[in-house]
Amino acid sequence: MSLKTFSRGGVHPPEHKLSSGLAIEELALPETVVIPVSQHLGAPAKVLVNRGDQVKIGQLIAQSEGFVSTNIHSSVSGKVLKVDKFMDSSGYKKMAVQIQVEGEVWEENIDRTDDLVKNTVLKSEAIRKKILEAGIVGLGGATFPSHVKLMVPKGKTAEYLIINGVECEPYLTADHALMMEKTDEVFAGIQVLMKGLGVEKAIVGIENNKPDAIKKMKEVANGTAIQVQGLKVKYPQGGEKQLVQALLKREVPSGGLPIDVGVVVFNVGTALAAYEAVNKNRPLIDRVVTVTGKSLEKPSNFLVRIGTPISLLVEKAGGLPDDTAKVINGGPMMGKALSTLDVPVVKGSSGILLIQEGEARRKEMQTCIRCTKCVGVCPMGLEPYLLMTLSEKSLFERMETEKVMDCIECGSCSYTCPSARPLLDYIRLGKAEVGKIMRARKAV
Amino acid sequence: MSQIILYTIITLVAIGSAAAIILYFVAQRFKVYEDPRIDEVEEALPAANCGGCGFPGCRNFAETLVKSESWEDLFCPVGGNDTMAKAASLLGREAIEQAPKVAVVRCNGTPEFRPRTNEYDGAPTCAIAHSLYTGEAGCPHGCLGCGDCVAACTFDAIHMDPLTELPVVVDDKCTACGACVDACPRDIIELRKKNKKDRKIFVSCINEEKGGIAKKYCSVTCTGCTKCFKVCPYEAITMENNLAFIDSEKCKLCRKCVPECPTNAILEINFPPKKEKKEPAEAEVSE
Repeated sequence: MSLKTFSRGGVHPPEHKLSSGLAIEELALPETVVIPVSQHLGAPAKVLVNRGDQVKIGQLIAQSEGFVSTNIHSSVSGKVLKVDKFMDSSGYKKMAVQIQVEGEVWEENIDRTDDLVKNTVLKSEAIRKKILEAGIVGLGGATFPSHVKLMVPKGKTAEYLIINGVECEPYLTADHALMMEKTDEVFAGIQVLMKGLGVEKAIVGIENNKPDAIKKMKEVANGTAIQVQGLKVKYPQGGEKQLVQALLKREVPSGGLPIDVGVVVFNVGTALAAYEAVNKNRPLIDRVVTVTGKSLEKPSNFLVRIGTPISLLVEKAGGLPDDTAKVINGGPMMGKALSTLDVPVVKGSSGILLIQEGEARRKEMQTCIRCTKCVGVCPMGLEPYLLMTLSEKSLFERMETEKVMDCIECGSCSYTCPSARPLLDYIRLGKAEVGKIMRARKAV
Repeated sequence: MSQIILYTIITLVAIGSAAAIILYFVAQRFKVYEDPRIDEVEEALPAANCGGCGFPGCRNFAETLVKSESWEDLFCPVGGNDTMAKAASLLGREAIEQAPKVAVVRCNGTPEFRPRTNEYDGAPTCAIAHSLYTGEAGCPHGCLGCGDCVAACTFDAIHMDPLTELPVVVDDKCTACGACVDACPRDIIELRKKNKKDRKIFVSCINEEKGGIAKKYCSVTCTGCTKCFKVCPYEAITMENNLAFIDSEKCKLCRKCVPECPTNAILEINFPPKKEKKEPAEAEVSE
């Protein structure tokens, strides 16, 4: 039987899963952490602490502001050194709380035992509240506040919960490690999310370059309402719209969300975080980060406290190789290069990728040769060559008509282009401008 | 044979005449009456179609001039006061005079003053670089050097200097149309009053961070120390957000502020060098 996959577009970059199969290693605590107040989509959280305050692990240090927002907790115990602007992976200095690490003092109500707390008697509204309080956001990288995604808008119904165990970006292996080592907890988290959403059916999608994960998850899910489905490897299968299409053959309408076809998608990491938040009272204070690269001495999957400087991760992975030219925050397809290692790990940090000089440098851009390879690989059915030209000429209104807001920024177009045109960069610029136009229109 | 030719000619002439008559009546029926003055005013405009006036093309600006009650915000920066006076005389109106302006690049972050700490390898446009990060030198307000301003200029009045990695305005060609001002994602370029001999005095920095932070990446940053503000005899300097600003309308080009600045952030352009006082020792030697 041929494995399922999404039908439109996609590319097959080499997988380079150098850190696959490596056990999760808990990273030693740094001396100071810098915790930004905006690690999620939506409004930044409001800082509650001041310089000199003592904080505990799991303590609320910044509060959700507005509907699409969430809480930020301290990942360490110690003294607040500064509440100021610090450089983060956005490329600019942003408001953050700097804490000097002192000891390991946890908030009392957090369950720190290794016991698997299986069932929750809480109802869906209480579950959503706990998820908001714990500051849970989508850990696949989009960092959308999870409690908002669990709220089904009026007039729509949720039928399926889909768990994204695909991890389609080359090099990244954090989700794979979680599915292997924390299988029971992930599974319990899926059940928490199902209850929070109010659905009876769930499917876990895993690409078949992770046969051990598929096997393990299937064992745990056996006999339950949760299906585990292996998928043919293709990028960007982890895109939620692509995953919905691959697993259920349902197409999310243009400009819509998966809930429009009765589905909500969450990353496996988010499922684990939901378990910890709801069943163990543990807010989101750490995550698994893959540190990898061909020249790197020790590619690893580290369990890292939020706010740890990336320089420490690189140091513990064997140090910065001499031939490193680019350090990418995220994966090679959608990630962004860093200009300094002095930036903190945040909720959305899935991986750090060190690329050597030969591979890192972009080729010089040339003219479009109208080969339409970009159109063929676009999983959303867009025309990247056209969108780039429109963006170059600042024809943003036309870009909106050409559905640029449907772009999931997967990078397949830039990857494929034989003229090395930076398609995704221009499209991202266009999306930002069109976003401004749309917000201005709403405000009128 | 000649009969065929004759009939052919007659048929074609008949069709042609019929078409001509139909076209004449259609043209009359659908004729657009335009104020003939619009053509006249358009003739007086520079025909650059640069958008500097804020209107899409010279013809549209001519229409606006003819139809508008008030000429309050209407000005052609390329043609300047001469063109506006001509247009005014054609329409029996009064033109509002404006002091000529010139584009000024307010960043002096050369590689010598503002060392580069990384290399940008992305799409070669300032708009994209700006959306990604602070830049190759770390200053979030500094020039990114990709030349969006150069690409925007339709008068060939701005070029990138490869040594300083900063844009340079050619004063003679600049029409102050504002295209480069709009193109710069960091708002580094400002339209300032044009002075005699193209003399300029301005703060070549727009960084609003605290001085201590800004000095970490640039040695010619404005730190907001207020020394220039205190010495200006004409109250032309204002301080806001750790940044000094010299109002080009109020500035009398006295140059008192220039030596006051501890970081040399204030630039004086096209001035003769200040006369030096003769040392007593020198006078002795010459005797």
